[in-house]
Amino acid sequence: MIQAIVFLPLLGFLIAGIFGRLIGPRPSELVTTALLIAAAVMSWMVFLDVAVGHNHGYAPVLANWMTVGKLNVDWALRVDTLTAVMLVVVNTVSSLVHLYSIGYMHEDAHRQRFFAYLSLFTFAMLMLVTADNLVQMFFGWEGVGLASYLLIGFWYQKPSANAAAMKAFVVNRVGDFGFALGIFLVFQLTQSLNFNEVFAAIPGLEGRIIHVFGLDVDALELAAFLLFIGAMGKSAQFFLHTWLPDAMEGPTPVSALIHAATMVTAGVFMVARLSPIFEYAPNALQFVTLIGAITAFFAATVGLVQNDIKRVIAYSTCSQLGYMFVAEGVGAYSLGVFHLFTHAFFKALLFLGAGSVIHAMHHEQDMRHMGGLRKDIPFTFAMMTIGTLALTGFPYTAGYFSKDGIIEAAFTVGAHQTPAMIGFVSTVVAAGLTSFYSWRLVFMTFFGHRAGHGVSEAHAHDAKAHDAHDHHAHGGASGHGHGHDEAHHAPHESPLVMLIPLAVLSLGALAAGIVFEPYFAGHAYDEFWKGAIYTSEHNHVLHMMHEIPHWVGFAPTAAMILGFLLSLYMYVLKPGSAKKLADTFPGLYKFLLNKWYFDELYDALFVRPAFAIGRFFWKGGDGAVIDGLGPDGVAARVVDGARIAVRLQTGFIYHYAFAMLIGVAAVVTWFIAGGMR
Amino acid sequence: MLGFGLLSGLTFLPFVGVAFLLTQRGEDPATLRNIRWATLLTTLATFALSLVAWTRFDPTSAAFQLVEERSWFGSGLVYKLGVDGFSMPFVLLTTFLMPFAILASWESVEKRVKEYMIAFLVLETLMIGVFCALDLVLFYLFFEGGLIPMFLIIGIWGGKRRVYASFKFFLYTLVGSLLMLIAILAMYGVAGTTDIAVLLKTDFPKEMQFWLWLAFFASFAVKMPMWPVHTWLPDAHVEAPTAGSVILAAILLKMGGYGFIRFSLPMFPDASTYFAPLVYAMSVIAIVYTSLVALVQEDIKKLIAYSSVAHMGFVTMGLFTLNPQGVQGAMFLMISHGFVSGALFLCVGVIYDRMHTREIAAYGGLVNRMPLYAFVFMVFTMANVGLPGTAGFVGEFLSLVGAFQANSWVALIATSGVIFSAAYALYLYRRVVFGALEKSSLKEIADLTPREIAIFTPLVLLTIYYGVLPDQILNTTAASVDHLIQSHTALLDAVKLAAAGQ
Repeated sequence: MIQAIVFLPLLGFLIAGIFGRLIGPRPSELVTTALLIAAAVMSWMVFLDVAVGHNHGYAPVLANWMTVGKLNVDWALRVDTLTAVMLVVVNTVSSLVHLYSIGYMHEDAHRQRFFAYLSLFTFAMLMLVTADNLVQMFFGWEGVGLASYLLIGFWYQKPSANAAAMKAFVVNRVGDFGFALGIFLVFQLTQSLNFNEVFAAIPGLEGRIIHVFGLDVDALELAAFLLFIGAMGKSAQFFLHTWLPDAMEGPTPVSALIHAATMVTAGVFMVARLSPIFEYAPNALQFVTLIGAITAFFAATVGLVQNDIKRVIAYSTCSQLGYMFVAEGVGAYSLGVFHLFTHAFFKALLFLGAGSVIHAMHHEQDMRHMGGLRKDIPFTFAMMTIGTLALTGFPYTAGYFSKDGIIEAAFTVGAHQTPAMIGFVSTVVAAGLTSFYSWRLVFMTFFGHRAGHGVSEAHAHDAKAHDAHDHHAHGGASGHGHGHDEAHHAPHESPLVMLIPLAVLSLGALAAGIVFEPYFAGHAYDEFWKGAIYTSEHNHVLHMMHEIPHWVGFAPTAAMILGFLLSLYMYVLKPGSAKKLADTFPGLYKFLLNKWYFDELYDALFVRPAFAIGRFFWKGGDGAVIDGLGPDGVAARVVDGARIAVRLQTGFIYHYAFAMLIGVAAVVTWFIAGGMR
Repeated sequence: MLGFGLLSGLTFLPFVGVAFLLTQRGEDPATLRNIRWATLLTTLATFALSLVAWTRFDPTSAAFQLVEERSWFGSGLVYKLGVDGFSMPFVLLTTFLMPFAILASWESVEKRVKEYMIAFLVLETLMIGVFCALDLVLFYLFFEGGLIPMFLIIGIWGGKRRVYASFKFFLYTLVGSLLMLIAILAMYGVAGTTDIAVLLKTDFPKEMQFWLWLAFFASFAVKMPMWPVHTWLPDAHVEAPTAGSVILAAILLKMGGYGFIRFSLPMFPDASTYFAPLVYAMSVIAIVYTSLVALVQEDIKKLIAYSSVAHMGFVTMGLFTLNPQGVQGAMFLMISHGFVSGALFLCVGVIYDRMHTREIAAYGGLVNRMPLYAFVFMVFTMANVGLPGTAGFVGEFLSLVGAFQANSWVALIATSGVIFSAAYALYLYRRVVFGALEKSSLKEIADLTPREIAIFTPLVLLTIYYGVLPDQILNTTAASVDHLIQSHTALLDAVKLAAAGQ
């Protein structure tokens, strides 16, 4: 069955990719969607069997990938509880996104390609989560990167989309650079890359000091650190986060599937999967906590001021991923995965809801041009409200259980560890900020009045104008000066094929927490995980977190209420106060609006220098130095030599005779000198 | 051995085609068609024969196989051919790619078609000869002989600056060759033979090894090409016709790597160990330096040429790690780079044939009119950046695994190549293929023709097949690599023992 789950999406990709033109868009959509739904149903069956049930998992080997010396890598499909959780997340969201896209993309001329890419992505993601060794994981890791690249750049006529696609791939490669080095180090240490063999060898390596990169370092700390750099890239953590907001250039269903629910959580999955390594690397874990804490806070601050509806949610994703890493950093891997699980539902819901809004607004994404939509699209409004409640951690929704658990775990460890304390403070603050920007989104979109002229596009149903408009919508974030067509089209509710996925996800957003909390982190922990996540005997965070003071449990809820009230005041009760606040602190506002100037910083630090150095090496190194002294120089000297030779040929016999005489004299002298020795 | 064997037949089969071509006169379409088809059939027959050789090849043995030997020029010099795990893949690569080179020239070469085809067939003979020769002098003849047809191909059928490029190519390679010739004479002086099998068992004095190693290095480093003697390659590629670039990148560059693994590493083990840091340094500089240079290129072919230099950096690095992953990875990378870079040059050829320019700025938005082309180019771009699941990944990954065990700094710097390669390759792809189709000159550009589809289909399939199941290639080289490493470690252990005994 696991073979079917993994390869049905690949089959869908091949059918839609190769025969898409032949069979047309509608059959392509139906085939890929049907295959994905089948895979999703089977995933839940596996979940019931392996995670909830008593099956201890299996890892059928499909084929040998490469065998070189001691390095032996197989293609295998490992299934344990951790994989089962991911299978459910990936295939559920993916099948719903496939379904949703039938409605959302119905105007696009290249739907076959779109569905092919979606299925390709799903296949790569499944290969990642079923990997039984680090190399197959890397295969899936880069495979989802490829699919992400293709989907971000799906509207290839838009220069901004192409730039964003490339940025995503290259920044991810920076992370992969660390990941790859981590793999090499693990192989050097254990002479294997197979998970079972590596994990078995790890305890024996505890405290091993090795000499690499000119330093004597703890081997496992370094390995964990390098591997985590890969996770930082994929999961858009601080320093390597810059690609995620730009990735919103892709169609909205892509954002929901890849850049919210699944691919970006691959880093979280990786740390959980490699928990046997991370558990022996306490310093690396503190680094994980710290990065997670900074990201949770940083992304939330940037989310406060963004005006593009998708970018707000993108920064929210970035921030929530930070939460997951805080959990893993303090040793509560299962809580990180739990938050991954619940987050997938409510964040996909929010993105698809945003897609429904954008669809209703004829591809307008700037929230400043929205408002009052709750009457036009009430169902979408209800869904977005549910998603927001779950994201902000309203009691008994999904986010409440997983997020508050993380905050409590951070506090527990924070009692005797600084990074964890930082994690606690920043996650509580970020909870307030999250609540503020989430409700801000809802208020700006669904309440108040639409600003200025109506959103419209007389020919919005023409695929070409559709692309062009989408392009404009992006320019809009920085000043939206172009004239709208005054012909007014009322925003309309999306078709059923888009609303059903929203309804399904809203169920998850409401109930996933209360239903699964006992399994992921509660009393059924051991029977559920069956050792798929490793915790050392010193790791008691899940038990100790029940003994913390009561106020800690209320802190995130309090922060959430505070954020909600502030948002309500600024955007509903006293509209305009937000602008006044921004005018009062223009520096801070600009700093946040420009995302802490990371893009500008990296451009100045890396991008432009790389081009400058490249040009210098090319013109200076290759051109002037190597060619100048090498072939061109030699050629020039040969030409010079020839000129001199020409000048010597005077044609006068006595010149030649004189030269001959000197020559003879030299030769004779040479022999005499030689003979004397 | 009885008469001419399989390998001789393989090596000289292209000459049968040459003989036929020589009988053709005139420039009328019928004759030209005959010439093209005869050449194609000759290369296909050669490929078929090489497959026969492969079936007779036992990959579990590290010994020379299919050996044939005849005396030649009296004593000492022999005509001796044979293959092992190092040469067999290269022979196959050569015979496999030649039909593609001919097909790529089908319409683009219009002047002196007969001479062009003859040059390619002679080149094929010489290339197969290089990989099969088991006598050093014979090897040298094939190795240097290969220069001449390539020199002509660039110089006659090349672009505007073809004369400059072909002289640069010639000048560089000639200097290296002369040094190697001197080294060969010196080796004959010590061993009394130029039989490679005997030389492999000869212990050259340590002092002498260093000079011999350097002399061979001069030649192979230029062929590879390694930084800083790489500057001939971009010029040669830019000016060469498409098929010339394909063969240059796919096979001629591999002669350097083959030389290292056939001669330098096994014959001069002490010197190889001694000079390994030098090779590492040149390799990692090549990876970073040429990747950055590739980033700023304005000419598509130059960009791919620089990317080739960077990839060859991984090869030299992997070879000198002298551990199984490093050497196997380097071998694999040479093969995979053979068809990936060859295919990339074919991709450039497709649009060059249509637009007659290689300027990146002259393109943009090709995907709008050429979706099939966009797909093919994407596959090879991804293989070039080493995406797992493509053939490009396996070699790069293995050579880096090997490098990390040999020297973590080398691996660190070399691994940064994965970032740079993604940057320059995707930047190229974005500028050429993506975007809106705005240039009026491109409005009528047509997608792949059936002939082009026939060229690319097998290459795409193989790129993915060997990325997923690389065993076939890895198994072919495994025994020889193991043998090389075992004898090397045995020798180093002996040195250590001797040092300990003193």
